Amino acid sequence: MSGDRLKIILSLTSPLLIIITLFFGGIFYGLLQSLGYQPAIQKYDINFDAYYNVMFSERYAKLFWTGLGLNLWVSFVSTFLAAAFALFGALAIRKTFFAKTFCNFIYSLNLPMPHLVVAIGMIFVFSQSGLLARMSSQVGLIGSPSDFPILVKDKYGLGIILTYVWKESAFFFIILMSVLQSLGENFEELAQSLGANKWQRFRYVILPLIMPSLFSASIIVFAFSFGAYEVPALLGISYPQMLPVMAFEFFLNPDLNARSEGMALSIIIAMIVMILVIIYFWLIQSKIRKN
Amino acid sequence: MNTNLKKINIYAIYLGAFILILPLIAFFINAFSFRWFYPQLVPKELSLQAWVRLKLIPKIDNRSFDNFLELWLSNPTIIKALLNSLTIGLIVTIASIIIALPAARVLGLLNFRFKKIIIFIMISPTILPPIAFVLGLNINFISLGLSGSFFGVCLVHLVPIMPYVVLTMTGIFANYNPDFEHQARTLGANKFKTFYLITLPAIAPGMVVAALFAFLVSWSQYLLTFLIGAGKIMTLPLLVFSTASSGNPALTAALSIVFIFPTILILFFASKFVTGDSSAKYGLGKL
Repeated sequence: MSGDRLKIILSLTSPLLIIITLFFGGIFYGLLQSLGYQPAIQKYDINFDAYYNVMFSERYAKLFWTGLGLNLWVSFVSTFLAAAFALFGALAIRKTFFAKTFCNFIYSLNLPMPHLVVAIGMIFVFSQSGLLARMSSQVGLIGSPSDFPILVKDKYGLGIILTYVWKESAFFFIILMSVLQSLGENFEELAQSLGANKWQRFRYVILPLIMPSLFSASIIVFAFSFGAYEVPALLGISYPQMLPVMAFEFFLNPDLNARSEGMALSIIIAMIVMILVIIYFWLIQSKIRKN
Repeated sequence: MNTNLKKINIYAIYLGAFILILPLIAFFINAFSFRWFYPQLVPKELSLQAWVRLKLIPKIDNRSFDNFLELWLSNPTIIKALLNSLTIGLIVTIASIIIALPAARVLGLLNFRFKKIIIFIMISPTILPPIAFVLGLNINFISLGLSGSFFGVCLVHLVPIMPYVVLTMTGIFANYNPDFEHQARTLGANKFKTFYLITLPAIAPGMVVAALFAFLVSWSQYLLTFLIGAGKIMTLPLLVFSTASSGNPALTAALSIVFIFPTILILFFASKFVTGDSSAKYGLGKL
């Protein structure tokens, strides 16, 4: 038995070491710096000034709260829309038809695409001189580019949302397809033979069965879109600004005092994600207990 | 009535596919056109100018094999970035598989105390955003002299990759029967031969998927490379980002095509493996 124990310890050491030193070490050091501990500029006292400054000071409060609002709005809307789009796609495609393999491929095409590229694609398609604007002008819907609505680099984060919908719907699609395939059609056929119509079969048979996977995938997408940097950096504007971009700009500020604020922001982002994940697990647990 | 509904259904699928593929169409038009002005839907002139300016293709009058070779060997930024991305991706993929293999075996086959906590620690980077750890880590890396180094960038890429590889391979080992190894050993095979002939073939399909996606995560990493590379390590995503910010659509499109080409290849190969209901596919959300 002790040989086993040694084997376990030896096997787990290196990956754990990487995660603990680099990941948790990084978070811990960021936390220290956010609390004002900055040996680089001879600051050793611990305080909550940076958090206060970011959230309540006259200079940053407006930027922070609008940013938080934008973050929540973008993450919720894009998670919901991506899931809905993928659900429609998966339900429509799962039944065999002659181009099934091809459509399967197209619908999962965005999965391996880097977010950066999808964001650039949104500029090409949705900007005021983009593909869609040109199409509308060809059919006579609009005249000059300025007639086309501002969909990227806009204040509602629409371009960012579009990017996440494009990209994450492929992720939802793959998850849903594999769940639907493993379910088979027995449940539905049973429900149909008992007289359930199409909507009832979806609402009372399919939806409860796919809900757990849909939920887990949603939490991953939500957490990702809440903390990701590239997409809002490329498609966002300076006000309102999403929190990860704001944190990064604080951090790159030549004024070393702003570093603490950047760290505080990144810790706040991580805390919000963590709280949401905990709420999620708590919901799941209570649901399991109820059943 | 029912056939009509089915037809509408199929048209909706095609419409969805068309919408999904629009950005790709835009990439190709932008990359191969010259002065594609609004409101033209199709460009009037096709051109390879963007590719010439990226120094992937020689100027029009001297496109011989030697000129191609000479151009590429002159080490333009794009080739440098491509090579950096490839090398970092390969190193990180191989390293992560080697590090994860014993851990995944233990986690998949054995039960022990603290197993749940260890798994929780291991997968935490998949939930918390990279910006939460990389800002703090950056300052540590500067003081350790790892900032701006190739090694430092490889090291930091391991953080988002490790959980995914460990998780995928744990899943493989959960369905793996180690008794075959005992049989091989009693029949006289040494440790290396047992691994090579028994273990490896059994875990190979899952390992390929883990490796492909590990490579993808490294390949598309922007923030971590930017911060830890400190401007000294240029990879493709960094080049794409800076070109996109500077706003030349043709160059951006051509670069993006170079950037996404391997990812589509990987999807093509991996789609054969990524079927069935495995928990590992949730790692894909991190890409």
